[in-house]
Amino acid sequence: MVPALSIILIFQLVGEVISRALHLPLPGPVLGMVGLVVALQVIPPLGALIRPAAQGLLANLALLFVPAGVGVVAHLPTIAAHGLALAVSLVVSTLLAITVGALTFTWVARLVGSNPDD
Amino acid sequence: MTDAALIWSYLASKPLLWLAATLIAYWAGDRLYRLARCNPIANPVMIAVALLAVLLWLTGTNYESYFDGAQFVHFMLGPATVCLAVPLQANLAKIRKALVPIAVALVAGSFTAVFSALAIAWALGADKGLLATLAPKSATAPVAIGISESLGGAPTLTAVLVLLTGMIGAIFVTPMLNAIGLTDWRARGFATGVAAHGIGTARAFQVNDTAGVFASIGMGLNAVLTAFLAPLVLQLFL
Repeated sequence: MVPALSIILIFQLVGEVISRALHLPLPGPVLGMVGLVVALQVIPPLGALIRPAAQGLLANLALLFVPAGVGVVAHLPTIAAHGLALAVSLVVSTLLAITVGALTFTWVARLVGSNPDD
Repeated sequence: MTDAALIWSYLASKPLLWLAATLIAYWAGDRLYRLARCNPIANPVMIAVALLAVLLWLTGTNYESYFDGAQFVHFMLGPATVCLAVPLQANLAKIRKALVPIAVALVAGSFTAVFSALAIAWALGADKGLLATLAPKSATAPVAIGISESLGGAPTLTAVLVLLTGMIGAIFVTPMLNAIGLTDWRARGFATGVAAHGIGTARAFQVNDTAGVFASIGMGLNAVLTAFLAPLVLQLFL
């Protein structure tokens, strides 16, 4: 548990330092994630070491959104003032993005002969 | 002061109370979600947020005091984002086989999500701060919160918009894509992960395993792309 958490925090730390030092638009943890994908690819034993901790954390991912979500109480006036704009924007853009993404994937897959059953 | 008042003033000044309340509220939300047979409308996060919001209101506690306790849970979003590397790396082979459709659909889906959200909100009179708050809403929460912060938005409001986006995707994706007649589970899952992140991905796993794997790929890749795309598209509306 301690080695796994240490490795995860090291990648986040390095990501954070690089993001700030180079003024990148990517948040530190995302850089840490990219770095860890590369590291897992290069050093396979790393996977066995961090997998239990990573799976435990990801299995409870939804819990981690709660504190930020409660922040809604501080934004009730904004939501009341722009409720319609936000509601229409969220519903239309989410459904549109799913449709466009799925249709694009299907068309391009057919075009390049990438078969779903491979 | 009475004993009760003394105990309350102790609890109100320490992280213990709100940390415990956050976990218990989520536990209750998760139980209700399971009782509702994992219906996406009974989202456990939404239930927990509603319970805690009512509790804060009843006890006259402001968000800053609450967050003093809840920040320990919030902090774990960063390490959790790093951990997304594990499923992503495990599926690298599947990604390689569908590399071209993945790349094109990622750009199309991600751009549609950011651009259409901003265009609609802008047309309906949203101001600059609200647009910055809204721009990253299709990315997974820890990343969206980070992007919102760097764009000058309201990160806590972004978190709520991210949750709502995921729920909208999870509720509508299956009937909508069935109506269109799309049968490639890779395409369905991938587009859902791009547009509706973790909540959409959880839904995709319920419907079909391949869809679930491709949804997690879509969520992971869109986390990276949105960080680049959101600031650029936002410029168009300022």
